Amino acid sequence: MNPDIKEKPNQIFSGILEEAQRRKNEFEADSAPKIHIGVATCGIASGALETKKAFEEALDEQNIKARIHTVGCIGHCYAEPVVVIDYQESGFPPIFYPEVTPGKAKMLVKFFLKEGDPRLEHVLGATQENEMIPSVMEFSRFNQEKRVVMEKCGHIDPEDIYDYIADGGYTALEKVLRRDPVEIITEIQESGLRGRGGAGFPTGKKWDLARNAKDKDKIIICNADEGDPGAYMDRTLLESNPHQVLEGLVICAYAVGAEKALVYVRSEYPLAVKIVTKAILQAKELGLLGKEILGTSFNMDIEVFQGSGAFVCGEETALIQSIEGYRGMPQNRPPYPVHKGLWGKPTVINNVKTLASIPPIIKKGAAWYREIGTENSPGTAIFSIVGNVTHPGLVEIPMGVSLKTLIFDICGGIPNKKKFKAVQIGGPSGGCLPAEFLDTPIDFDSLTEAGAMMGSGGMVVMDEDNCMVDVARYFLDFTQKESCGKCTFCRIGTKHLLNILDRITIGEGKPDDLNMLQTLSEDIKSGSLCGLGKTAPNPVLTSLRYFLDEYEAHVNEKRCPGMTCRKLTAFYIDLEKCARGCDACVGCCPVDAVFTTSNRKKGIDQILCVKCGECMVACPPDYDAVMTVSPPELAPVIERPKEAVEKSK
Amino acid sequence: MVKLLVDDKEIEVKKGTTLLKACLENEIYIPNLCYLEEMEESVASCRMCFIAIEGEEKPVTSCTVKVTDNMIVRTDTPAVRRLQRSAFRLLLSTHHVDCRNCPANKRCELQRIAKLLKVGLKQKKLEQILKDTAIDESHPCLDYFPNRCVLCGKCIYVCQKQNGKAVITFAKRGFDTVVSFYGAGDLSAIPCGACNSCVEICPVGAITKKA
Repeated sequence: MNPDIKEKPNQIFSGILEEAQRRKNEFEADSAPKIHIGVATCGIASGALETKKAFEEALDEQNIKARIHTVGCIGHCYAEPVVVIDYQESGFPPIFYPEVTPGKAKMLVKFFLKEGDPRLEHVLGATQENEMIPSVMEFSRFNQEKRVVMEKCGHIDPEDIYDYIADGGYTALEKVLRRDPVEIITEIQESGLRGRGGAGFPTGKKWDLARNAKDKDKIIICNADEGDPGAYMDRTLLESNPHQVLEGLVICAYAVGAEKALVYVRSEYPLAVKIVTKAILQAKELGLLGKEILGTSFNMDIEVFQGSGAFVCGEETALIQSIEGYRGMPQNRPPYPVHKGLWGKPTVINNVKTLASIPPIIKKGAAWYREIGTENSPGTAIFSIVGNVTHPGLVEIPMGVSLKTLIFDICGGIPNKKKFKAVQIGGPSGGCLPAEFLDTPIDFDSLTEAGAMMGSGGMVVMDEDNCMVDVARYFLDFTQKESCGKCTFCRIGTKHLLNILDRITIGEGKPDDLNMLQTLSEDIKSGSLCGLGKTAPNPVLTSLRYFLDEYEAHVNEKRCPGMTCRKLTAFYIDLEKCARGCDACVGCCPVDAVFTTSNRKKGIDQILCVKCGECMVACPPDYDAVMTVSPPELAPVIERPKEAVEKSK
Repeated sequence: MVKLLVDDKEIEVKKGTTLLKACLENEIYIPNLCYLEEMEESVASCRMCFIAIEGEEKPVTSCTVKVTDNMIVRTDTPAVRRLQRSAFRLLLSTHHVDCRNCPANKRCELQRIAKLLKVGLKQKKLEQILKDTAIDESHPCLDYFPNRCVLCGKCIYVCQKQNGKAVITFAKRGFDTVVSFYGAGDLSAIPCGACNSCVEICPVGAITKKA
């Protein structure tokens, strides 16, 4: 029996909780308006810091007292910078404002905070039910989500541990410390939680294996080496709610019997590094980390290790190699890290999202967690949805929701009246699924069955203007560059795949190429040493399976159906649509390929054109006269008038 | 001791032996490039030593599997040969085939494997991709031929073993990976003058002594 098990709540924690409550009450009792600004990396990139400065200046100028509360990311990338203004005295509920530029910030201070007019034309919705303004919860982007891991993201200040504690943070840890470690592992096993790093290995089982490993000296690693193009869930979590991850880490260490943990985060995430480092210090100060945690006999320390940006170091054996100071190259498994990991010690490596799922499971119980999601994939999935969707961003949904619901209902579908073509799930290791698969439920097994994979949660939505060969080429280019170079199949095989795809996209594909792509991909998949090589051909295999016609069009007809591959596409101007006297396209052409025809309309010199597409962007939507065509020979020939030829000389 | 059946031949080896070692000890040749008996853990990087074990869905690398009693193994199923030929062709696609002028001629591991797999050294299925640098002459007493090298890593292992600290290492990554000498400050201090380990261990003649 664990000597720490006590019925009574922990006295030290009660003191911390009281202090957190006191601070929260003081903040809430203050009648001054509160301005919550999202300042995670995505918000900052959209100008949140300038917005914050504009608020501060305007408040100063107008001599208004208000409290600015910096929070993390709420996941609504399309609306950044996001600001919520809670001005109780105005009589309005807290209001969610999207895309708050510095100008808008100054305007809101002047009209809302000074004169009480919330400027409804700029409002997305209220964050509470009320009778005056429609609540954001009426939008499916809000109400169809189920937030377990990201519940507090965008609501609390990630740099203030008391914010997290006042919102129920670290109560799971307090609860855990009064229980037997084995009970915790059983609870996690019963919850059915599967690793969110991509492979979906049962977390409880991993912990159990590590707990029963012979070596007493154990290590826990939080894997935040997120590197898929277009995926940023782990970064957002670390930047918006680092303590939930740390709490999960401490609980894991307690359950497994470890005293040492590392957060392996890539150095390209400077803000995440800074926030996690600060969070560790704060937790130590309060005695939630370090020696004799909350007065018990349990000791535990967390260090931050910065990865150097190699994608392959997300693979657990390569990650361990890189911490030990070697080249980040994967090793053969077994031995698995739970038996022989970092410095030869039993090591549990869990993804950020897996660890952040732990505190809610402990607090609300395994049965509660099991009710979310599906039988074999309980819980929620977090996706970063990017590409051709109206409302991109981070979405947390219960497992089992269909791709259609996620893309069309929650994320608003495809913008600009375009048609859906494919969705790429699971990053460079995943696959492209066509429209027939939109009814596929999102869970580990269904996605794998369809040829994609859960991966770490990157999702790229593509409309009809995308070329699937080019998409496969893009991902292969990525994996080929990120291959560590250790094993034959991945090192040389992916290079050949990429070369063949390169050839096809410039119209030099040979009839045998498609066969070669298929067999070589299959061999790389079965022959490679690590997960990177084993999954690298997936984008090729799935696009060959579902979009073979596009490959054939490239190879046999030298035609790109998505009109994306430059060599196989031509831009021309539809003279029926082109407006006399408009010069928009002429000015933007970097190579002077656009000329004026004899009747003052425009034409494109196909020899000079570099197919940058600038003219298409510049052409006013009313005319929409710049067209693309593939193969390029089909572009109508518009003669350049003689004097124009003279002039251009 | 453990008894197992390889290609219908019964062999007996010590418990804990890898399948590759068991086969090689019993004169059953399995193509391999990166395997060294004295290594504690197999590198498993060349992806040549595939075999089929009854009950397993796909071929596995024999250097990473320990023998078990009554294991039934085949070394030449179509699936095994397909993977081996595929890996071998990939290696050849980056190998400058010029046996007549190569010091490894007739003792070259690639020649041996080509014979076994019945794959011509001048494979035509894949495009030949050679590196720009034909010879890296930066080392004071060794020359390195990137377009011969199969990146098995044996040279780095023996160098480390022989001299305590390897003078050569893998450099760059992915397709550009090479074995490289990382210029120690004092060139007179390097042990390479008297040591010939890396030259001797190389299965393909990619490292030679300077004339």
